[in-house]
Amino acid sequence: MNAIILSAICGVIMMFCGAFIKNKSLHKYIAIAGLIAIIAANILESASGNSFFQFDIHDMLRMNSFNLFFITIAFGSTLIYFLLSGSEIEKVGEHVGEYFALIFFILCGIGLVATFNTLLMLFIGIEIISIPLYILTGSDKRNLKSNEAALKYFLMGAFSTGIMLMGIAFIYGGNPNASFYIDQIQVGMGNMPIMIAVGLLFLLISMSFKVSAAPFHFWTPDVYDGAPTVFTSFMSTIVKVAGFFAFIRLFEYAFGQMQDQWQRLIVVITIATLLIGNITAVFQQSVKRMLAYSSIAQAGFMLLALFALNDKAKEGLLLYSAAYCLATIGLFGILTKMEDYTIDGFNGLAKEQPLLGFAATVFLLSLTGVPLTAGFQSKFFMLMAAVQNGQQFWLVIAAVLFAAISAYYYFRVIQAIYFKDAAQKVINDISITMRFKVMLTIIVALIIIIGIYPEIIIGWMYR
Amino acid sequence: MGNYITFPDLLIWLPLLAAAFSFISKDERGAKNSAIIFSLLILGVSVATLFFTNDTQYLSYNHVNYIWLKYMGANYYVGLDGTGRLLTLLTAIGFPLIFISTSNSKYENPSRFYGLMMLTQAGLMGVFMAMDALTFYFFWELALIPVYFLCSIWGGEKRIQATFKFFVYTFAGSLLMLIGIIYVYLHTQGRTFGDGTTSAHSFAMSAFYTVQLSASEQNWLFILFFIAFAIKMPIFPFHTWQPEAYNQSPTSVTMVLSGIMVKMGLFGAMRWLIPVFPEASAHFKQLIVILSVIGIVYASCIAMMQDNIKKLVAYSSIAHIGLMSAAIFSMNQISVQGAMMQMFNHGINIIGMWVVIDIIERRTGVKKISELSGLAHSAPVLTILFIVIALANIALPLTNAFAGEFLMFSGLYNFSHWMAAVAGIGIILSAVYTLNMIQKVFYGSVNSLTTDVKDVSWNEKLVLIIIVGIIFFVGIYPQPLIELTKEAVNNMVVSVQ
Repeated sequence: MNAIILSAICGVIMMFCGAFIKNKSLHKYIAIAGLIAIIAANILESASGNSFFQFDIHDMLRMNSFNLFFITIAFGSTLIYFLLSGSEIEKVGEHVGEYFALIFFILCGIGLVATFNTLLMLFIGIEIISIPLYILTGSDKRNLKSNEAALKYFLMGAFSTGIMLMGIAFIYGGNPNASFYIDQIQVGMGNMPIMIAVGLLFLLISMSFKVSAAPFHFWTPDVYDGAPTVFTSFMSTIVKVAGFFAFIRLFEYAFGQMQDQWQRLIVVITIATLLIGNITAVFQQSVKRMLAYSSIAQAGFMLLALFALNDKAKEGLLLYSAAYCLATIGLFGILTKMEDYTIDGFNGLAKEQPLLGFAATVFLLSLTGVPLTAGFQSKFFMLMAAVQNGQQFWLVIAAVLFAAISAYYYFRVIQAIYFKDAAQKVINDISITMRFKVMLTIIVALIIIIGIYPEIIIGWMYR
Repeated sequence: MGNYITFPDLLIWLPLLAAAFSFISKDERGAKNSAIIFSLLILGVSVATLFFTNDTQYLSYNHVNYIWLKYMGANYYVGLDGTGRLLTLLTAIGFPLIFISTSNSKYENPSRFYGLMMLTQAGLMGVFMAMDALTFYFFWELALIPVYFLCSIWGGEKRIQATFKFFVYTFAGSLLMLIGIIYVYLHTQGRTFGDGTTSAHSFAMSAFYTVQLSASEQNWLFILFFIAFAIKMPIFPFHTWQPEAYNQSPTSVTMVLSGIMVKMGLFGAMRWLIPVFPEASAHFKQLIVILSVIGIVYASCIAMMQDNIKKLVAYSSIAHIGLMSAAIFSMNQISVQGAMMQMFNHGINIIGMWVVIDIIERRTGVKKISELSGLAHSAPVLTILFIVIALANIALPLTNAFAGEFLMFSGLYNFSHWMAAVAGIGIILSAVYTLNMIQKVFYGSVNSLTTDVKDVSWNEKLVLIIIVGIIFFVGIYPQPLIELTKEAVNNMVVSVQ
């Protein structure tokens, strides 16, 4: 509760800052301070179980240690994102305060989708996330690609919202309890009623759209490519894992008991996502676009949690959220400093900026899933969850073969960084501040710590 | 000692420490010296382990077991047994030899080079000592990453493609093995830790050895593990990454790859494959022995046709590994014992071969057999030492490989007369191409490339003499090697009966 309300308040404060404070970099510091306060309040809430704000929410939101912890991970990643790329946000345009305000509203939405207990809250949360994202995507007003991306995203997003509402309506109509609460959807024995089935299908489609799972991924590369890089970093990581969290929460609580009826659909979506994400990423020349496809590919791995839906899957989801966010935010942070976004633009990075080269290599290894990095642990848990589920074993084999393919495009960047020589200046030196380097080092350290000792993240589940 | 510091600790932390020293040292000399000094120190530790083999007395010296991931039942468990001692010894001998023999080579960024080499050593040591499946998997991958960078940075012209192929092959293999590990893990019994906590399943080697799996489960799990090991060995038809990778890597890395790293596959089969899936091993052994024997003959035939001296040795290595894998999967006492010895001997011999090839390549700048001739005139010492090593490579009596190959062949003969006979062709062919190579490269008339080749320098001579010394010592008196691994071989063979 703390996190949701405080981030909404912070969003409002940032809007006023935008109006009254002229100093650009002050916005960033206010935002960072606010976010730290929110995270502290959230940790306090998960430790004590009591929120600062006590009012009757009619059980429409449910806080427990699991989803509060997820909020901590998501908000913590955002903090890292602010610290690493905050100064890039300032460069996007004039309305710095408003960008931060929008991000805080998105965080509020993330709080809602992580804790919702009714379909209505889910819907509101998803919308609170989506609408600011449309604006952020188009925030580079003079850039045609950015405008195109925003329009595309908006149209597609609006469409999927419609589908989601329709799904909710069907479920409400087909539910004898006539309730929006996700734990009160009654399906009876045997095959599910047709209304529920249609509703489930619509929800599945719209959520797949939000997390860019194939075949509903078509917006992703264009939007991620067109948006200002610093915002792509935010929406391809934190927003995406929040979408996954909601996806899995919805299907676990609302439709968990009839998993055998929809599991095959998930198998199809997972395979399609892995296939399209990985195969298409291989052919990309731009690192930014490659990361867009890689985010689809990683989504395929995260879908294994939805396929498995057991304890290991939940642990895996937390680990995956942390690992994927850290590595991708770090990589985008480096990408924003590059002169040239193509893979050849990375040639010789290690010679010019050894620390940046090393950090980028660790991030890429983590995304590939090499041991000693957080990415390995997250994949490991996902695979374990899927194997434990016991169904469709071939899906697991296919997933690791795709992981091996992913090595191809991630390693192309590593090859450029270490084994090739630069044709021209790789990086804009002036923008590499000491703080940027320290933050990169911290992210690398976190990735390796989680990689060696993942119980730092998942240990609380057993306490 | 045992309570504070143990052999496995030393064998893993010393290389890591050396890597750290190398990475931070500013100049070439510092990096090289710390690598050489530490690798000699590690050799000392490794030799010392041979005197503390009695586990009833020195258990705490030889095993390190910390709780790692409590809720999952994974420990950081490294320990020495017979097989582990033998292969850590090989690793410990290999690295100083490699460093000393190639100390004349100049590398760009030497501190990084030596640092990565020492990281590789740490990974290899870990693989050979791991007694917990997750620890094993970690080290297994850890040994791969630095090698990937070593080959790709300091390798030949086509290094990037060649090493990437190598990486993807092994990475895919190990991911398949990871699924296998997970599956077995989920069927193990629970584990209780020293501090009283319990976990539902366990990654311990002992739990893996006692796991109950149906025959069909065993069969496909066997395939998952086997692919990983087969790629690493490599045996036919998983070998296609190997010749190019050997050819393109810098020679010192090729020595690590061919001398030590390929043993990871054989070792993995002995420790993590056959005892975990005994029924499946019995089911598949015929097939694998056939594949291995095809590999022997096929690789030998290709080796005969090679003009590139590095590729010739690479293919001959495939043939030798094929013989070892055939012997291991014959699964009788004699053949496994022979394979165990041969893992050590092959490592020593092939490092010797590469040392000589490296010398030739550095002095003349070519690796084509057809362009070389008459080296014996200008480099007589090199010639003599090389001939000894080459004869050991084709397993002549009195050399180390003879004992191993003899045991392997008699074991293989017990398994199947036909297989032994066909594999025997490989031995004959290996004599053909090795002697042919010696004749062309070292004898005949001197040409413009070879007239003023300098003979071996003191460091190269030292390394080659040590190798020749080991060759003769083990060739004449192989008993210590047999004693060292007898128990481990026994355990393995018993587990499958």
